[in-house]
Amino acid sequence: MRHLISMEQLERRDIERILDRARSFAEVSEREIKKVPALRGRRVINLFYEASTRTRSSFELAAKTLSAEVINFASSGSSVEKGESLKDTVQTLSAYRPDLIVVRTPNVGAADLVARWSTAAVVNAGDGKHEHPTQALLDVYTLRERLRSLDGLSIWVVGDVMHSRVARSNIMAFSKMGARVTVCGPPTLIPRGVEALGCAVEHTLDRLADADVVYALRMQHERMTGSFVPSLREYAACYQLNGQRLSPRQVLMHPGPVNRGVELSADVIESPQALIGQQVAAGVVVRMAVLYELLAGRDVGTPRTSSPTPAPQLA
Amino acid sequence: MNALASRPTPPANLLVSDVHVLDPRAGIDSRSDVLVRGGLIAELGAPNTLQAPPDAEVIDGSGRHLFPGFVDPHVHLRTPGQEHKEDLDSGTRAAAAGGYCAVIAMPNTSPTIDSASVLLALQESARREARIPVGFLASVTRGLKGEQLTEMAELRSCGAIGFTDDGKPVQRAAMLRMALQYQKLCGGVLALHEEDPSLSGNGAMHEGPVSARLGLAGIPSISESTMIARDAAIARHEQGRIHAQHLSAVESVEAVAEAKARGALITAEASPHHLTLTHDALLKSLDTRLKMNPPLRSEVDRQALISGLLDGTIDCIATDHAPHAREEKEVPFEEAPMGTTGLESAFAVLYTDLVEPGVLPLALVIEKLTQGAALFDLPVPTVAVGVPANLTLIDLAREWEIGEAGYESRSENSCFDGHQVRGRVLATIAAGAVAYRERTFAVSAA
Repeated sequence: MRHLISMEQLERRDIERILDRARSFAEVSEREIKKVPALRGRRVINLFYEASTRTRSSFELAAKTLSAEVINFASSGSSVEKGESLKDTVQTLSAYRPDLIVVRTPNVGAADLVARWSTAAVVNAGDGKHEHPTQALLDVYTLRERLRSLDGLSIWVVGDVMHSRVARSNIMAFSKMGARVTVCGPPTLIPRGVEALGCAVEHTLDRLADADVVYALRMQHERMTGSFVPSLREYAACYQLNGQRLSPRQVLMHPGPVNRGVELSADVIESPQALIGQQVAAGVVVRMAVLYELLAGRDVGTPRTSSPTPAPQLA
Repeated sequence: MNALASRPTPPANLLVSDVHVLDPRAGIDSRSDVLVRGGLIAELGAPNTLQAPPDAEVIDGSGRHLFPGFVDPHVHLRTPGQEHKEDLDSGTRAAAAGGYCAVIAMPNTSPTIDSASVLLALQESARREARIPVGFLASVTRGLKGEQLTEMAELRSCGAIGFTDDGKPVQRAAMLRMALQYQKLCGGVLALHEEDPSLSGNGAMHEGPVSARLGLAGIPSISESTMIARDAAIARHEQGRIHAQHLSAVESVEAVAEAKARGALITAEASPHHLTLTHDALLKSLDTRLKMNPPLRSEVDRQALISGLLDGTIDCIATDHAPHAREEKEVPFEEAPMGTTGLESAFAVLYTDLVEPGVLPLALVIEKLTQGAALFDLPVPTVAVGVPANLTLIDLAREWEIGEAGYESRSENSCFDGHQVRGRVLATIAAGAVAYRERTFAVSAA
């Protein structure tokens, strides 16, 4: 595997291989000295065009735990603010000879472009509303840790599916791992044609009891401007997951950050059925496994035969 | 004033011998000799019977087809103001290379073609630079802002072929109504980019399973079809003439058919890319050359456009040739400008994807590639004795790859780049002069 751009490119056995390795890395985080030399001498650039807390810091921790060198590049305070294009930025950073670029952008398909414009391995850490594959991997990891297998599980993904890259990657990942996925939300936030991803669609929580796992999506305040829902109050009244709606046997997940009192009530966030903290913790080990998957075994220090600025091509 | 402008060129004297002439309007579908003298079609004769005059070139037409030259009523030549994308020379070179003998350019330039002074200056440029005759549409509203009508009567008297705010809809119904009322005074078809921006929003592609998969904001088909229905109703009320540009959706074809059935004076066009590609292409590669407005839609929509051509709901094929510079397209999909070039590939993709598989008859495609002239009250190219030679010579068997040798257009944003096609334009004669010869195509002087 050269890059990790989309869950589409991973087969079930690839997912299992990566997650099994993540499990072996979990022990490292328990050590007093949290470092192994697996990626010593490798150079990782975190290229983040969007705000991020957990994704960026967990990639950084993952790379450092594996002894890689990490540069964080954020669009604010950079020449991006002077109008530098993504292509020029990537080609400039490529001159530093990174082995891997972790990229988050607000644009669909941008990670794929970075992969075309650079010789480094590329990990998609979120490209607009398209995909967020490492989130899906860490969610599958978390579920496997709790429930051992996803085979035959009913998983409901509830909320703003339309604007969610997490939803898209997770629908694919959960399905590949043998689960049945249902998306649920107001019709204004369920994209037309989403069934093509292989999921069922519900617009109410009436049949929520069918779910073994309930995956709540973040309701973003900025989405309110387009009048996708009349108000957050109305949204919460219809779709909030709370103690009344969830049964104790159901497992609750959320990619964070949570809007307390909107998509989740405070009581369920802290309940034992919620795996939200475990998801965050899984982020580091799963991203270690992804970095390892893409970098270990590749030659280091050998001169590249290809040009650091690849021939221009259209997307 | 002649509404079409091009640079002066010496009239052609040539004999195309033993060529398969196909002109559905003239009822010709047979092998003939075609003699062009002084830029006019002088004589048609049985194969290998006409003698070339001493000063005439002889072109061996055997195994090749000669059609009336194509007319594209919808191209963007980007002049004035965006000459880094295209100019009158490069754009008309591209057109000639695609077999076109005339094109109509859109006014969404910088500045907008919304005043007589801009229009006259542009016609002057065309008389210096254009390889084939170019007509210009003026904008319906000043600066395409949708607020104030242009001086339509003066623009018409200066040679504006018609009016359009293409690139944008005429959003306010009352503004369109006023333009149609003014049309009674000055004539000129109103060509309409049909889109309700409140429905299309910031969409980047067709709304459907592919946009759901990719997480891209969708442009629903109803953003186009509801505007067509509205505008057709207004046109009917005012008995005005409108032309619906670049139909893309089954609902739009239905809306045009219904409007025609009720007697509205509406015509419509479809583009080669909407007739041959669908949004599924974006699943293979999120290529910004596949981003255009209206967007590539579903197979059902594509089939409806084909049916619309067959049953006459759609009157002509127009490319919406929309060049953009490489750096403008080499950005993430959502940030890329809308548009694909199309002049150089139109015939070949239509022939390869629709005629060869038997979906559309060749004669129908030729008719639809020339009919744009009639819709805008221009003479329709035909193969007949005594008329100016507007002809395109094509080798239907010749295989080539689109973009293999670059493009005549200044831009290379063709959604068909890399496609293997058949049907190569070998020469184009526009307004009596040779406007294009294919590089490897040898012509022997008599």
